[in-house]
Amino acid sequence: MTLLSVRDLSVSFTTYGRTTQVLHDVSLDVPACSQIALVGESGSGKSVTMKAIMGLLSTPPARINSGQIFYDGEDLLTMPPARRMALRGTAMSMVFQDPMSSLNPVFTIGDQLGTILKYADRRLGRQRGRAGRRARVAEVLAQVRMREPERVAGSYPMQLSGGMRQRVLIAMALLSEPTLLIADEPGTALDVTTQAQILKLLKDLVEAKDLALLMITHNLGVVRETSSYVYVMHKGRVVEEAPTERLFAAPAEQYTRDLIAAVPRLTGPALTAATGEAARQGGGAP
Amino acid sequence: MTRPLLEAVNLAKHYPVKSPLGFKTGAVRAVDGVSFSIPEGGIYGLAGESGSGKSTIARMIMGLTTPTSGALLLGGRDIAGQAGRRAYRSKVQMVFQNPGSSLNPRRSIGQSIAVPLSGLSRRARAARIDELLGMVQLPASYARRYPHELSGGQRQRVAIARALACAPRLLVLDEPTSALDVSVQAKIIDLLTELGRELNLTFLFISHDLSLMRNFAEEVGVLYLGKLVETGPTAEVFARPRHAYTRLLLASVPVISDEEAALRPQVPLIDGEMPTAEQLIAMEQR
Amino acid sequence: MATRSLREEPAAGAAPDAEPPVTTLPEAEPERLSAAYQSWYRFSRNPTAVIGAAIVVICILAAVLAPLITPYPSHVGAVVDFRARHLPPSWEHWMGTDNVGRDILTRVVYGMRISLLLAFVVLGVAVPVGTLLGLAAGYFGGWVEVVIMRLTDIALAIPGLVLLMAVATVFSPNLLTTMLALAALWWTWHARLIYAITRQLRSQEFVEAAETLGASTFHILFREILPNCVSALAVKTSLDCGFVILTGAALSFLGLGAQPPMPDLGTMVAGGTNYLPDYWWGSVMPGCAVLVIALGFNLLGDGLRDLFDVQEIR
Repeated sequence: MTLLSVRDLSVSFTTYGRTTQVLHDVSLDVPACSQIALVGESGSGKSVTMKAIMGLLSTPPARINSGQIFYDGEDLLTMPPARRMALRGTAMSMVFQDPMSSLNPVFTIGDQLGTILKYADRRLGRQRGRAGRRARVAEVLAQVRMREPERVAGSYPMQLSGGMRQRVLIAMALLSEPTLLIADEPGTALDVTTQAQILKLLKDLVEAKDLALLMITHNLGVVRETSSYVYVMHKGRVVEEAPTERLFAAPAEQYTRDLIAAVPRLTGPALTAATGEAARQGGGAP
Repeated sequence: MTRPLLEAVNLAKHYPVKSPLGFKTGAVRAVDGVSFSIPEGGIYGLAGESGSGKSTIARMIMGLTTPTSGALLLGGRDIAGQAGRRAYRSKVQMVFQNPGSSLNPRRSIGQSIAVPLSGLSRRARAARIDELLGMVQLPASYARRYPHELSGGQRQRVAIARALACAPRLLVLDEPTSALDVSVQAKIIDLLTELGRELNLTFLFISHDLSLMRNFAEEVGVLYLGKLVETGPTAEVFARPRHAYTRLLLASVPVISDEEAALRPQVPLIDGEMPTAEQLIAMEQR
Repeated sequence: MATRSLREEPAAGAAPDAEPPVTTLPEAEPERLSAAYQSWYRFSRNPTAVIGAAIVVICILAAVLAPLITPYPSHVGAVVDFRARHLPPSWEHWMGTDNVGRDILTRVVYGMRISLLLAFVVLGVAVPVGTLLGLAAGYFGGWVEVVIMRLTDIALAIPGLVLLMAVATVFSPNLLTTMLALAALWWTWHARLIYAITRQLRSQEFVEAAETLGASTFHILFREILPNCVSALAVKTSLDCGFVILTGAALSFLGLGAQPPMPDLGTMVAGGTNYLPDYWWGSVMPGCAVLVIALGFNLLGDGLRDLFDVQEIR
């Protein structure tokens, strides 16, 4: 069953009196309980696609020219705004990229998560008291493997490390028990070792809770580690889609081949193979 | 082996920690007893995450800050005292991480490149700017443009041209491609490799990206919390990492092929705060 | 900014892009809209900015051309025409006449001349002084910073009106002493602004890059940092023109500035208050003139902020 389906989405931006089309008939599907990646370099349109799905595009300057975005069979673009608001942050929620700017520095983690939960409850018409909310916040913090959830809930964002803040953002997305997680370059701002932990956490959570994951990233390594099916975007178009393994084994499009060729390998010099010269390498290549 | 161009001998930089009343209460050991040497024409990589002290080492080499103890030798001579001088500046240059902020937005490309060329006549300077832009494969007409009119990769080419203006022997590359798309990164690395061979440059390459390090550096040093935990020929260090942190770092790299994945050591990823190097070793032995 | 006016874009754009075919991936070219065009686009779509600029230009032109465009240039001085006392606004006297029969429009235009002169002299002294001190304090740090910034704090703690009254009692109150006293206080705001920006820019990589390239301190201060202060400085200076004019008018209203018969706007408002409310135009007309000039500069300042904003986007 397809949970999220984007059909022929076209978006244009008007700035300084000039209109530029940034998305050309983008289509993608996220089946329930699947792990999908949307990969592209800067300017490929992956962030615009994500913003259009989440309803975060400011119009103007953006304009959705055509297309539909179905969530569970309903078109997000034509449904009443109140219904869309109710879906956003509840059934589909978002893991943001930058842990520094996504958390308000003057409130504790517990306060911020509690407030989000309160509004999510209100939108869903659920009743939950203050104590119930606090318990739920502690529960999600434990789910993102915080060792002392109570202490974290009482801390301010500045008191946490980058990796812990990123976990808080994941906890935030899990609060209202969504069925679809949209992750926008999670861990990009973090160190490699921390990023690896975050990716592993996300993967474990998605598998344990049967969530669908749409991973938006520029990093092909992240694609291989976290997804089973991948859409490659370039200049506002989906240029290739394939099961992840097949994409890396046999990329069909020239763009995808070039992109994969440009990634430096841990096994050694393949980077400059495109120009036909090996890097001046001291140690022997394997 | 040719003689070393740059040597770090027991290099340390401690920053005092002050109480609110201004009393010295301790010291942060940003760099703690680091020794390495780079042969003339070699490429030495410093790998490390944030807080490892890699940028502090770069700043000390550039004379932007002075070591607390230990010494840096350029061609066998201690750089202390000569680091601020023009003669030293013309031998050692640096390419910064973010070409967006290392170029003055209010100065044209030509003006930026011309900074170290103030001794030349107007005509000689223009000719040199043309030549430098040619070296980084940009058209001479770009001298009249401003940074915001250039793409990220083009800006980094300009930053390289500027660093080459006074014909240095050692080029410090501080994460020169981490702000760029992967396809652009490949081109910049190719350019640097080519320039290094043509001009017989020596590189100190600082990066957190191990895959890139594997492809560019001949020798590598792994920094962790201010200490050099492991150093050796790149291929060797990557094939047989001796230190627990190196293994953790390698295990954390997102990769795109099974061959690479096979190369990664199987170590458990760490949840939460990073331990000290000693704790790390203990944890692995457990 | 004039050097960056609309360049012939096609020439640069059509230049062969020598990006080498290292891989077949083309590097995305950024939008080729010149900064000048973007700035002008934003400025021209901002009606308040355009109105502000128009007011300022008209006021300056009127002030410069005052002898040519005013109907009764002789009324600037101590002319008396009792037959024409307190005439209401009419075709002969658009703003009416004052208590000794002088044309108020003429005197308002000449009054603007003095107000603008005051603003230009005060800021002409305060802006360079404040900028230099702010640059030095922000870039050098250490004791230079301590001395300059504490001096600024002290200057800011002096109550301006009291100082001006003191100056006016020691020397006879006139336009020059007002200018000097205002300038002596005004530089502090600019010093603080430039200090804050310099502090921020000093840690930017391009300043460090210039240092590692062996650039001189002079080069770093005036070629690297100062150009990045220009936009903030222009906005602040434009807004300040309005404030200086208002302050000058307030001072002369209190009798501390330009003295009669010099046609100062503040003095005219004060002189007219004796005949309120019957002969309201004597006060209201010069008062409106002050309001319009100050408003013009404020709108222009806001417009300039939009104009410069675009280049800060990277």
